[in-house]
Amino acid sequence: MQATGTERGTRLSRKPRLNPVRMKGGAGLLLLLPSILAVLVFVYGFIGWTARVSVSKWKGLLPDYTFVGLDNYKNLAADPRFAIDVRNTAIFTVVFVLGCLFIGLGLAMLLDKGIRAEGFYRSLFLFPMAISFIVTGVVWRWLMNPAVGDRASGLNLLFENVGLDALVNRWHTTPTWGIAAVALPAVWQMSGYTMAIYLAGLRAVPEGLREAARVDGADEWQVYRRVVLPLLRPVTLSALIILGHISLKVFDLIIALAGKQVALDVPSIYMWTTTFDGYFFGRGASIGIVLLVSVAVLVIPYLWYTLRNEAEQ
Amino acid sequence: MQSIKGLRWLTVVLVTSMVIMGCGGDEGTDETTTTAAAGGEMTGEVEVFSWWTGGGEAAGLEAMIGVFATEDPGIEFVNSAVAGGAGTNARAVLASRLQANDPPDSWQGHAGWELIGTYVAADQIESLNFLYDQEGWLDVMPETLIPLISKDGDIYSVPVNIHRANVLWANPTVLADAGIDMPESFDDFVTALQTLKDGGMDAPLAMGEQWTSMHLFETVLLATLGPDDYNALWDGSGSWDEAGVTTALENFATLLDFTNSDASALSWQDAGQLVIDGSAAFNVMGDWQEGFFREIGSVPQEGYTWAPVPGTGGNFQFLSDSFVLAKNAPHRDEAIAWLTVAGSREGQDAFNPVKGSIPARNDGDRSLYGEYLLSAMDDWASNTVVGSLTHGVVANDSWKSEIDTALGLFMQSRDVAAFQTALVAAAAASPNE
Repeated sequence: MQATGTERGTRLSRKPRLNPVRMKGGAGLLLLLPSILAVLVFVYGFIGWTARVSVSKWKGLLPDYTFVGLDNYKNLAADPRFAIDVRNTAIFTVVFVLGCLFIGLGLAMLLDKGIRAEGFYRSLFLFPMAISFIVTGVVWRWLMNPAVGDRASGLNLLFENVGLDALVNRWHTTPTWGIAAVALPAVWQMSGYTMAIYLAGLRAVPEGLREAARVDGADEWQVYRRVVLPLLRPVTLSALIILGHISLKVFDLIIALAGKQVALDVPSIYMWTTTFDGYFFGRGASIGIVLLVSVAVLVIPYLWYTLRNEAEQ
Repeated sequence: MQSIKGLRWLTVVLVTSMVIMGCGGDEGTDETTTTAAAGGEMTGEVEVFSWWTGGGEAAGLEAMIGVFATEDPGIEFVNSAVAGGAGTNARAVLASRLQANDPPDSWQGHAGWELIGTYVAADQIESLNFLYDQEGWLDVMPETLIPLISKDGDIYSVPVNIHRANVLWANPTVLADAGIDMPESFDDFVTALQTLKDGGMDAPLAMGEQWTSMHLFETVLLATLGPDDYNALWDGSGSWDEAGVTTALENFATLLDFTNSDASALSWQDAGQLVIDGSAAFNVMGDWQEGFFREIGSVPQEGYTWAPVPGTGGNFQFLSDSFVLAKNAPHRDEAIAWLTVAGSREGQDAFNPVKGSIPARNDGDRSLYGEYLLSAMDDWASNTVVGSLTHGVVANDSWKSEIDTALGLFMQSRDVAAFQTALVAAAAASPNE
């Protein structure tokens, strides 16, 4: 490690006084040390502890670390409620991620065309991101009021008044597919952010490439199809990872929008209720670990890829 | 380029941690200190932990603290209340304090197995039989209440208020227009609901989010089984796979057919509002619903009327907020002084009129309570007392949360057999012990 190696490194390198990388490495490491220690204890230490609890039979207020192997995980696999959680997360992720990507890309392409007052629209679309999911949940709870007829309000009332009765629906109370409605506010909130990512990506596409394509006789559609979109692939990947991990961990939006109910359950809510309402600490910990692993499967290869690319450059 | 590689690893570690930590929440502990005037016999302080931070509950607690300040002026009352989540946050904070051996002197909890199953099992609270003997509380509280808040003959908490769970609220105008009397038996109830539905009311029985369906479920269970068999389900002497339970589940399913389709999006107040507005005829909810009806300006017998849930007449399905004595309480004597006030006539008559509930003692000052609460006081003194499931009396928290899951799945599938199987499994996995 370099922490102790500053002096030795200095001696060994040929131009000791002019090696900024090594100097930075040592000082930087020292500066980072407090947060490294904190992260080691409070993140990795607790991950380890959670993993330990997840293979124990701890139920009730007092810890019971009796080792039960993978029983908690096996029970989860057979748990009908966890099956609903997995299904709900899958539906939510598909609607949320695809919705954000399409709307975000669409908005970015429109803004990129040099619209008047672009800055205004950019802020407008980005604004929802400044709101917390809790607030979004409360507001959309009113908008997506599932009552119909005399008691209709929110979007349903709007649809009735403008003659779009076909669009009146039960939103998140729809059997089986209700969770898709919960993803709509999340799309509303995060598509502006996706737009910003895409806009940055679009601006990074050299104008010369588009020009060259046009000179070669490509129409606008082909310019996008053959030149711009392929260049946006890394941006899409970044957006996918960011949106994907938000979607796996969604908790506050659903609690604010629909409360605790099995129909709209996701793993994080099950983890919370079973641990703190039911004192099934072992089961809660195993859900936590499953969530961690699923996010890790998504994020770690991406980090790996990005860091390797940066190193190559 | 060793150091670059090292830094890269650090970045991986840090970024991953940030992703993992995501958006954290913070729990605020709201500590207020009420200093009583000095000069009493006992001095010191008592820390009381609750999740009463607003509304009638917090106001009622303040009123009772006022009585405490008069009785024991030397003791400083430290009110540690944690807001949010109907007590979920507070219980999480309490659990970590207890695990760290830093208990408050006394804390709030629903009387019955919510307290016993969690804190007696973990050996965190003291038996209060000595206080009941000393203060003569056994003579002023219903006989059928005591076993429900005890384990192996030890009483573990002081109930300060009583709410009734098995109340059917109705809109008298809607009933009169349809020519229906307040139903008394379960069959009458179904007939009345069918009549209203045939008359064009889509959802005559108003219901709210998932916990309110558990509330409805427990009253149907009592209505179908009667008090003895109902109690037997919880004390382990009865079995959940008996035919009686099947009938109860079918009855519950029958009622669900008369409820509103947007139930899961409504709070209990919203459901009550539907009755007041005449969009629905009935609602089954605890008697805190009456507090809401009064708050929105509705008048008893004109805007709303009430009766025991059909089939549960003569039974008082109760729930109660109560206070416990921590084992190894840092200020044990002061905590006992607090509990003495909490169980006293003065303390309970200060708390309950403000909270909108009745005293656990049957010698409350009748001039302080309104029409509904007086009828509840009469029933409390004369009825058979049974406990509520939703509100923590009859089942420990683990058991209740498994029933909640089973119920939530049933609301999706309406599969009675699967529901009963899950209930049998829940009873076997987490019995009261």
